[in-house]
Amino acid sequence: MVKKYLSKIYMAIIFIFLYAPIVVLAVFSFNESRSRGNWTGFTLKWYVELFYDRDIRLAFYYTISIAIISAIISTIIGTFAAIGINSMKGKTKSLILNVNYLPVLNPDIVTGISLMILYISFNMDFGFNTMLLSHIVFNIPYVILSILPKLKQLDVHITEAAMDLGATPMYALRKVIIPEIKPGIVTGFLMAFTLSIDDFIISYFTKGEGVTNLSIIIYSMARRGVRPTINALSTIMLTVVLILMILINKRTSAERVSKFKRKEVKE
Amino acid sequence: MDKAIIQLNNITKKFDGEIVLNDINLSVKENEFVTLLGPSGCGKTTTLRIIGGFEIPDEGEVYFDGQLINDLPPFKRQLNTVFQKYALFPHLNVFENIAFGLRIKKMDEGTITKKVEKMLGLFNLKNYGKRRIDQLSGGQQQRIAIARALVNEPKVLLLDEPLGALDLKLRKEMQHELKAMQQQLGITFIYVTHDQEEALTMSDTIVVMNDGIIQQMGTPIDIYNEPENAFVADFIGESNILDGIMHDDYLVEFLGKKFQCLDAGFGRGEEVDVVIRPEDLDLTPAGEGKLEGVVKSVIFKGVHYEMDIEANGYEFLVHSTDMAAVGTSVGLTLTADDIHIMVKGE
Amino acid sequence: MKNRTKYFAYPYIIWIIIFIALPAFLVLLYSITTKESDGITTIQFTLENFKNFFNPLYLNILWDSIYLAAVSTIICLLIGYPAAFIISNAHLSRRNTLLFLCILPMWMNMLLRTYAWMTILGNNGILNNLFSLLGLPTFNLLYTKGATVMGMVYNFLPFMILPIYTALSKMDRGLLEAADDLGADKKTVFIKVILPLSMPGVISGIIMVFMPAVSTFIIPQLLGGNKNMMIGNLVERLFIINGDWNFGSAISIVMMLIILLSMSIMNKFDIDKEGGARLW
Repeated sequence: MVKKYLSKIYMAIIFIFLYAPIVVLAVFSFNESRSRGNWTGFTLKWYVELFYDRDIRLAFYYTISIAIISAIISTIIGTFAAIGINSMKGKTKSLILNVNYLPVLNPDIVTGISLMILYISFNMDFGFNTMLLSHIVFNIPYVILSILPKLKQLDVHITEAAMDLGATPMYALRKVIIPEIKPGIVTGFLMAFTLSIDDFIISYFTKGEGVTNLSIIIYSMARRGVRPTINALSTIMLTVVLILMILINKRTSAERVSKFKRKEVKE
Repeated sequence: MDKAIIQLNNITKKFDGEIVLNDINLSVKENEFVTLLGPSGCGKTTTLRIIGGFEIPDEGEVYFDGQLINDLPPFKRQLNTVFQKYALFPHLNVFENIAFGLRIKKMDEGTITKKVEKMLGLFNLKNYGKRRIDQLSGGQQQRIAIARALVNEPKVLLLDEPLGALDLKLRKEMQHELKAMQQQLGITFIYVTHDQEEALTMSDTIVVMNDGIIQQMGTPIDIYNEPENAFVADFIGESNILDGIMHDDYLVEFLGKKFQCLDAGFGRGEEVDVVIRPEDLDLTPAGEGKLEGVVKSVIFKGVHYEMDIEANGYEFLVHSTDMAAVGTSVGLTLTADDIHIMVKGE
Repeated sequence: MKNRTKYFAYPYIIWIIIFIALPAFLVLLYSITTKESDGITTIQFTLENFKNFFNPLYLNILWDSIYLAAVSTIICLLIGYPAAFIISNAHLSRRNTLLFLCILPMWMNMLLRTYAWMTILGNNGILNNLFSLLGLPTFNLLYTKGATVMGMVYNFLPFMILPIYTALSKMDRGLLEAADDLGADKKTVFIKVILPLSMPGVISGIIMVFMPAVSTFIIPQLLGGNKNMMIGNLVERLFIINGDWNFGSAISIVMMLIILLSMSIMNKFDIDKEGGARLW
């Protein structure tokens, strides 16, 4: 019994530690003054100002559009690459896998500067394109790594069975393989999207004139003192994420329950 | 020799309000090979886990060697378990798995080595000590699981469907090995299985369970030949179970005909279950049997033929070395001692 | 079919040559050439960049990075293991909620969360205001090594909890019963079975915390201030402020080597299961 209470207290402390800064941010997004430490009164003005802050609006736009585009492109390239890699054998396969692993293992800062050097060597203009390209580069390995296990689980004979039943290889790919590995593809896409939205370091080294994302804005302002508008924005973003997560959780658990019920009826 | 080593008195156990064991009374003698037999969900594994100490009964007492052990945790009980999926420690090699219990008892290295080596020898695993668990076949893992339990020299060994994961041939071999070992070591075995053949082959005593209740307890021969109710009859071997009415002592009617039987003591006109083993029915040429039927299907089973014969509106299962082709009319005979009368189940 | 789908990977092979292999090669090239190299005709190879690194100033920064990352990793392990253990033992219905609560903060921008700590730790921050309200002396909390370590622990703790939790929850409950059955009490079960079996989780947790910690430059920048530089800050400064790409590349290579080295050490622990088990 005592143990039970001890573990409850322990987890409570951990969660206080994890959530204290988030609560602070949310609370101070309603703070009247700009001061970081003192509460001077309730206001919604930072939320209103948010809509008029051009820098933040622009950075928000770039963050979201780069996240969506890079997640889509890297999911497409990654899916095909994973299917290809999966049917390779021997040394080529392990060589590709190892190189593919490099951006995952490498510190982000090394990936960032190496891409920066690459773009400069090719005389590319820094801006939206370089940032997008960089995000695709570091997203694809994660997409591949989340699809490969699903492909490995796939029954070797499943495409053979499809073709035996008259499916062309392309038809088998579309109607059999892709649906089978869909959970991996979805995970890969979500992962790419999240990584992209949260990225700072790689964007920092590959950004261009007038093109930034939210992380970069926060970084550049952090040392001068963040505008409370950022607090407001992050509170909104967190609330949206929270609602989405709860909805997803509810849906999956409801699905599980209904599946279970169906099974019961069958038996 | 006849002392009870394990005694269960009025054990009841509920999971989430659902009764899984209902007033179980069981006594296991020293050096006995007892099998708990029943379909899945009958409570046999729960009974074993209560003896092992992994579940605590809601009501009733568990005695070990005359001592009440209800609240004794598993690690203090002088018995060991062979788990269903073996539960071998994947981070330890074969030697260390077997030595696990001995190391906890803080035995010296020499004794441990001696005891483990002896076990490895006993189980034909002499040079396997350094192997990792995942490098072994199912049969080898199974033997190590038994060795790991036996090396502690428990008074009672609990086995939870230990042969379930093995293929048929290996299972047969292990059945004989286990039985031989039990006799050689003189340890009490409590064995859980759903395989009636396994139970018949190995046990001194079989405890047939269903729905959390002990249906019948007895020697394999008793259980097979004198099942106490239709459930036991059906579960132990295949049976034809028919509705019947007792007209008098030693006289039963089923399928519209009256038959002599050996059972007495039922009320007049009482509805009963009539159990007839498939091998007890004999074929005769058409018109010469007590029952007349038509062969519906024939399957060759090696030693005998398995036939479905429809007679008087009931489809009999018949095992016979004689064969009748599908569609032919045949007669069926049976004698008084082939007919087993049972109180009607609910 | 198998042979044909192989070609699906070919475009990606070209992609990784251009965007992964080539950039890595360029970093290596910069690290072993002089600043004066300009184009292929005037390229000059040198080991000067690596030699420069053996200056006490830089070695100190390197040592600080490894030391602070290691301390953070150990603290994460000490805090995270019990948390993972408690979660894995929680009732099934509550387990997912607890896990969800551990992961949720990661959905918030890391810079923002780190910035929030500035609000809490600052000289006029919440903690110090609280202290003075209680009549306690105030402390200089922000811009210290302690603040850096705390920021790293805060940001990377979930990376420690998750893999350990996974290892613990994957563990066959039957094994614990088997140990129990063989005479092990709760403490012995933990030391002899649970701990060694959760080692793969512990090791991936260590890797997942140490790697980003040793190379981070945001956390020391925001919480550690200018005095407490880590190797990531050095690389950033050399590239962005000083424009010394050759030296910066050399340090990047050193950083990659540290990561690869620590990974291979950790992997060795993982594979050497029997030796590891004996240790316990």
